[in-house]
Amino acid sequence: MGGKRKLARGVAVVGGGLTKLGLFKDRNCKDFFAEAYTEMIGSVDKGVDPKDIDAVYVGNFTNDFFVKQSHWGPIIADLLGHVPRPVTRTEGACASSAIAFREGVLAIASGMYDMVLVGGFEQMSKCSTEEVTEGLAMAASPYEVAAGFTFPGVFGVMATAYFAKYGATREALFNVTIKSHNNAPLNPKAQFPMTVQDFMNARIERAKKKGEPIPYWKDEKDFLRDPAANPPVAWPMHLFDCCPISDGAACLLLVAEGMARNFTDVPIYVAGIGQGSGYSLHAQKDLTSFEATRAAAKEAYEMSGLTPLDVQFAEVHDCFSVAEIIHMEDLGFVKPGQAHRAVAAGMTRLDGSKPINTSGGLKSKGHPVGATGIAQLYEIWMQLRGRAGKRQVPNPNLRVGAAHNLGGTGGTCTFTILERR
Amino acid sequence: MENRPFNDTSYEKYLNEDRIMGSRCKKCSALALPPRPICVSCYGSEMEWVEFKGRGKLAAFTSIVVAPPFMAREGWGRDNPYIVGVVELEEGVKAVARINGVDVKNPDKILVGMSLQADFVSKRKGPAPRTFLVFKPFNPKEGGITA
Repeated sequence: MGGKRKLARGVAVVGGGLTKLGLFKDRNCKDFFAEAYTEMIGSVDKGVDPKDIDAVYVGNFTNDFFVKQSHWGPIIADLLGHVPRPVTRTEGACASSAIAFREGVLAIASGMYDMVLVGGFEQMSKCSTEEVTEGLAMAASPYEVAAGFTFPGVFGVMATAYFAKYGATREALFNVTIKSHNNAPLNPKAQFPMTVQDFMNARIERAKKKGEPIPYWKDEKDFLRDPAANPPVAWPMHLFDCCPISDGAACLLLVAEGMARNFTDVPIYVAGIGQGSGYSLHAQKDLTSFEATRAAAKEAYEMSGLTPLDVQFAEVHDCFSVAEIIHMEDLGFVKPGQAHRAVAAGMTRLDGSKPINTSGGLKSKGHPVGATGIAQLYEIWMQLRGRAGKRQVPNPNLRVGAAHNLGGTGGTCTFTILERR
Repeated sequence: MENRPFNDTSYEKYLNEDRIMGSRCKKCSALALPPRPICVSCYGSEMEWVEFKGRGKLAAFTSIVVAPPFMAREGWGRDNPYIVGVVELEEGVKAVARINGVDVKNPDKILVGMSLQADFVSKRKGPAPRTFLVFKPFNPKEGGITA
């Protein structure tokens, strides 16, 4: 039992596309996916014939609820002219499209297909904040929902557990927020391409225009401490600890390793990939760790032969600030209880020793839930190809990057290590 | 103990009788709350009912300010936040529940590790009232629900 947990043949990423993220009420998921797909086709260095795409896997969490439309597979097949070939929708809450990616990898590795398109999309803008909260809560466990938990509430609980166990405070989380917002202005796809200082300046400008008293904050942390500027959502999670509501789509083109150089001189290979599951909050042994993340990471590290030290940079699922800290520990980047110190010391900054969420992360890039897993992998792919522009990790020997995607309250997690050879 | 299935429905029915009932695996003695039909420790499926005393410690908590619609309809939200948490019961299992009787406006003053006792709150949901498990600070004078 257990199998070899190795891919029977290698898989490479040879193209990618990601929409600008934000709130686009006048467009829909077909529009978003078409935009990401068009960029993807254009990104394949030596060109690709869409007729050669054998199958499509798309992740979507709950457009069923958000826009009252199910059965998205054939909608995407129809959009792309992919009919009558197969399209499969995957659902794993906020990890929906990382699962699509993994299914695509497994389908190629099995020998079944040579070329697979994987993607994800979500439209959340057509709902009120309360409706979105209700829709997202559908991915929590029934016990949590009945007790009155929300998603920010689940991560608020984990934060208080982390604080009590390791002596960290809210101030430590500010460092995560400030770092993510420093990266976002460098990403043209980001929903909030603004530093925390930019938000402060905007507040001051607004007060001036309205003739209101001009607010004053000593620095960014002072701003984040101010409940008028950064109101509570679910203690200790405040507005600037929480990712926004977003629309968007992302896709990547996967091919069998042996064909990769027919499409590009810079293929990016899947070095390791893992997926895990986890219990509901009340049944988790440790409230400061996600068992699903640790299982996914173990699988991916073992497959790749790499260690956490080899991962030069990563996107991790920072749906809430504390989540980034917990994931860094679960992924082995630092020892348990050390992540809050590592972030404070600058390790995760773009110029740090292990940059985390160079895209701005879910917090400031945006989090269209069903698109996020692939959007994270798109960032890793861009960085490894040296095409990340102003947010390019300043390391001339960038070879290994990884993406961690989490669904629900840790019920589904994936970890994918990509490599430039 | 009567022959009820080891599932969520039975758990809720027992709560309506002001009892916290979970399962114990007959093979490996692992406890589960709510009850489970399959033991996740040894995969056994022979269970027996066990009643929990409702005493425990606060393992983690949050104060919900942006409430889900069903809580907002009951008047909870920005001006009236509520506390939910994870309670580690004496018997060694955890429960997620509302936490009453703590300082909702000053969540930074709430202490992880504080002693709690169970309380049962009845809410009308649909045609029949339904009882929810909540916790409140332990009061030795009340002696908990097991007095």
